[in-house]
Amino acid sequence: MPLDLTTPGGITLALTPELVLTVWVLVLMLVAAWRHRDAGVQREVGLLTVIGLVSTGLAVAWLWAQGATPVGLPAMMALDGFRFATSLVFLLGALLTVMLSLGYVDRERIQAPEYYVLILLGTLGMMFMAGAADLVVMFLGLELMSVAVYVLAGVNRRSVFAAEAALKYFLLGAFASGFFLYGIALVYGATGTTNLWLIHGRVLELGLGSNVMMIAGIGLLLIGFGFKVAAVPFHMWTPDVYDGSPTPVTAFMAAAVKAAGFAALVRVLHQAFDGLPIWHGAVWWLAVITMVVGNVIALAQRPLKRMLAYSSIAHAGYLLVAVASGSAIGSAAFLFYAVVYTLMTIGAFAVLAAAGTGGEQGVLIDDLNGLATRRPWIAAAMTVFMLSLLGFPGTAGFIGKWYILSAAVDADQRLLAVILVGASVVSAGFYLPPIMAMYMRPAPSAEAHQATRIVGAARWAVGVMAVALLLFGFWPNRALDAARRGGESLRPATLYTLGR
Amino acid sequence: MTAALTGLGYQRWALDAILLLPLLGAVLVLLSPPAAAKRLALYVTLAEFVVSLGLWWTFQPTAAMQFQVVRQWIPEWGIGYRLGVDGISLFLLLLTTLTMPLAVLGSWSYITRHERPYYALLLVLTTGMLGVFVALDLFVFYVFWEIMLIPMYFIIGVWGGPSRLYAAIKFFVYTFLGSLLMLVAILTIYFAVARATGESSFAYDHLWRNIGYVRPWAFWLFAAFALAFAIKVPMFPFHTWLPDAHVEAPTAGSVILAGILLKMGTYGFLRFAVPLFPEIAMDPVVTGVVVGLSLIGIIYGALVSLVQPDFKKLVAYSSVSHLGFVMLGIWALTLQSVQGAIVIMINHGISTGALFFLAGMMYERRHTRDIAEFGGLAKVMPAFAAVLTVVSLSSIGLPGTNGFVGEFLVLIGAFRTHPWAAGVAATGVIFAAWYLLWAIQRLLFQKVDKPENAKLPDLSPRELAVLAPLLACIVWIGIYPAPILRRIEPSARALVTQVREAAGAPPVADVAMQPGAR
Repeated sequence: MPLDLTTPGGITLALTPELVLTVWVLVLMLVAAWRHRDAGVQREVGLLTVIGLVSTGLAVAWLWAQGATPVGLPAMMALDGFRFATSLVFLLGALLTVMLSLGYVDRERIQAPEYYVLILLGTLGMMFMAGAADLVVMFLGLELMSVAVYVLAGVNRRSVFAAEAALKYFLLGAFASGFFLYGIALVYGATGTTNLWLIHGRVLELGLGSNVMMIAGIGLLLIGFGFKVAAVPFHMWTPDVYDGSPTPVTAFMAAAVKAAGFAALVRVLHQAFDGLPIWHGAVWWLAVITMVVGNVIALAQRPLKRMLAYSSIAHAGYLLVAVASGSAIGSAAFLFYAVVYTLMTIGAFAVLAAAGTGGEQGVLIDDLNGLATRRPWIAAAMTVFMLSLLGFPGTAGFIGKWYILSAAVDADQRLLAVILVGASVVSAGFYLPPIMAMYMRPAPSAEAHQATRIVGAARWAVGVMAVALLLFGFWPNRALDAARRGGESLRPATLYTLGR
Repeated sequence: MTAALTGLGYQRWALDAILLLPLLGAVLVLLSPPAAAKRLALYVTLAEFVVSLGLWWTFQPTAAMQFQVVRQWIPEWGIGYRLGVDGISLFLLLLTTLTMPLAVLGSWSYITRHERPYYALLLVLTTGMLGVFVALDLFVFYVFWEIMLIPMYFIIGVWGGPSRLYAAIKFFVYTFLGSLLMLVAILTIYFAVARATGESSFAYDHLWRNIGYVRPWAFWLFAAFALAFAIKVPMFPFHTWLPDAHVEAPTAGSVILAGILLKMGTYGFLRFAVPLFPEIAMDPVVTGVVVGLSLIGIIYGALVSLVQPDFKKLVAYSSVSHLGFVMLGIWALTLQSVQGAIVIMINHGISTGALFFLAGMMYERRHTRDIAEFGGLAKVMPAFAAVLTVVSLSSIGLPGTNGFVGEFLVLIGAFRTHPWAAGVAATGVIFAAWYLLWAIQRLLFQKVDKPENAKLPDLSPRELAVLAPLLACIVWIGIYPAPILRRIEPSARALVTQVREAAGAPPVADVAMQPGAR
């Protein structure tokens, strides 16, 4: 279905998912504002959010199934498989987060129906960010997402840690946005445009490969992205922010926000700056440092929440390996891994949310001791999540890692592949201890783990995530196919050069 | 028998059935009432053994891959579910299916808690191990190779001895480290071959035929494979996980570790590392290193066994020594030495498996494995003493037992290409006699000086049932190994010829004396 994005009808159709989501945001904001605030309303808003996310997902799937492609140059929003695939990833992450939150906000008595509205706004920002064909739209999406998530981090007003997390996240996030914006300005200065396709064309046309302004612009963009995806050395905010935020929000940040940052990064690097050798080296090093530092520091973490925070940094490193390959396989590997990563990370945080109370900062890995005898299903699900995070065969994490390694080896980056597997070995040192604690150590007392339970929608979410991870571990064919189509759609169009 | 099985289409469904049956059994065991778990597991493993026995009759003694199964799995990446058996893997398969019912029987009274998950894990482990031996697709091989880590990790970590957590994680991390580098190597081969031939496939024969395209990196690829396999074998500097894992694992776990898991390393060399990279494997420096490490392993393993106060640890270290012989046999690369290596792999599974069972039986009676705590058991437990003596003699390699056949073949074969190494290795046999006979002497003979030992019950019928099949194999292979050698020979010969040709090494003529051949 070719769509002419310069006509009102075309652009409206192309933006159907975003429009659907925006309508839901407005409706829910009004519901939350007008109706009396009690836990019941909050639950209603939560359920409506689920419906909103699902309907948006259907809109995305419809557009994708129609094979929507732009006529001519995509001006503001891209219309390709990559956008649809990433939108679905964000919607999945948001959906799972909402399912976890339904019970969580009740238990923690977080009274704020706008919680769900903020999740939707954040998701909307992500969709704009990853679907942007223009750096300015991308920046707007980034800010929309970030502002929503700053508030979410501090949504539990009774917790000083949450307040600290929100403030820290806001200050560093604003700082990072500054870098990002300055990077856009420099790229605009060098190329005279903010459109990704045109940037690519002009870079080739004018031979900007070694232009200082261009290089500085790319560097600043990379720093901005580095903050958002928590790549070392721009990760300093991550542990405290992840630790202080309510656990479902942490899961949302670790999965969806990170995926959005990566999606935009992949689009910018693989589309606008494709064929520019300069960023390859930078991303290569970023990937190495992130993998090594993330995994090594995670080894030393006793609290489960901090361990998962560092583990998410380590996974940013794995995703950077996919980015560094700069190929369609790399984009596809990123897409597949983003889905898998969303499932396993949110799953692990869901179990954490069940294992503690009050922000779950105090839950040590040792506090899981003997969980398997009292709560065999929770323990089994956690085992799947941990093994998948480790990248063990039989789980989707393995297929994802295999895909990333394929991208690296295909791009002749074998050293990077070797470093990745080395880092994975280190990660066995912190993904196995929870399993050992649950299965191989006795429970401290007969009453232990009585309070550990996953109820309602969260139970479904955890079950679906664990089963999906196993299923994709053995039959990944459909997902791989979708990922490949999404990755290949990201090829830069070299048509749009100045002279032609 | 062959005709009857062929009539049933056995060749077509054999491997599918062998791999599926334990998995179904695992589900059944998990769903069964706890009291019935072990009985059910026993029936499943026995059925598995019976089904796999058909391989013995229907296997054609040629070098070809047989019982092949080829199915699409992930066509996007050229991954297929490709299985097959040849003379190298046939007996490892049968050894596995023979060991598993015995392992179940051996756990009968040893495992007292969480019985259902335990037996289910044993059954899953069975599928994993068999899968490693039959996989003909490198992706499938890798998946099986890794997946069987999990059940073993849990078996050691949940049902093991006092420092089981340490042993479990050490076992896991060691193996994981080696195999992940192999993963990168597999991908490198895959992409190089796919680019050169235009056909993306992880099929072993496809990669093997086109392996020339990876020549520039052949050394590193070989090193990655070799590291994964050397850790599993384990070869000398990589062996430190072995004593921990073997000693901490429950009896059945030790039996399976020693009997089957270690063979995956040597099998990996025979199936992948050596045939894929013949010129690297036969390079004088690489050969020197491997043969040297094998000799160190043989002697060092034996010397360390000598000083172990713990009987189980003694047996564990003796594995290092025995597997050194296997590695020497593979690298000597003559028909006899390769045949011998495969026979030792089988023998070691039988004899060391039996020794671990016996160590477990001692432990169940006295809750100690300290050799000094025993003495004079021959008077108290005559049947036990007789079995232990026979098994020890087989492990030493006394003529008339299975141990002799394998070591003799390896030494003959190795003598033709590496006479010095064969000479040094032969001393390993002397050390084996030393540590085992000395241990037997302290355990079985002398006076009954501990009152606790005076009333130990002799072997129960169940324990006899565990040991009897192993004893039968010891005697049978010791006296009449011809049917086994005949089935191994074509594959071993093909391997030796191909590798020698590819590496440009001179062919070694068959010795006139062919033990039990044709």
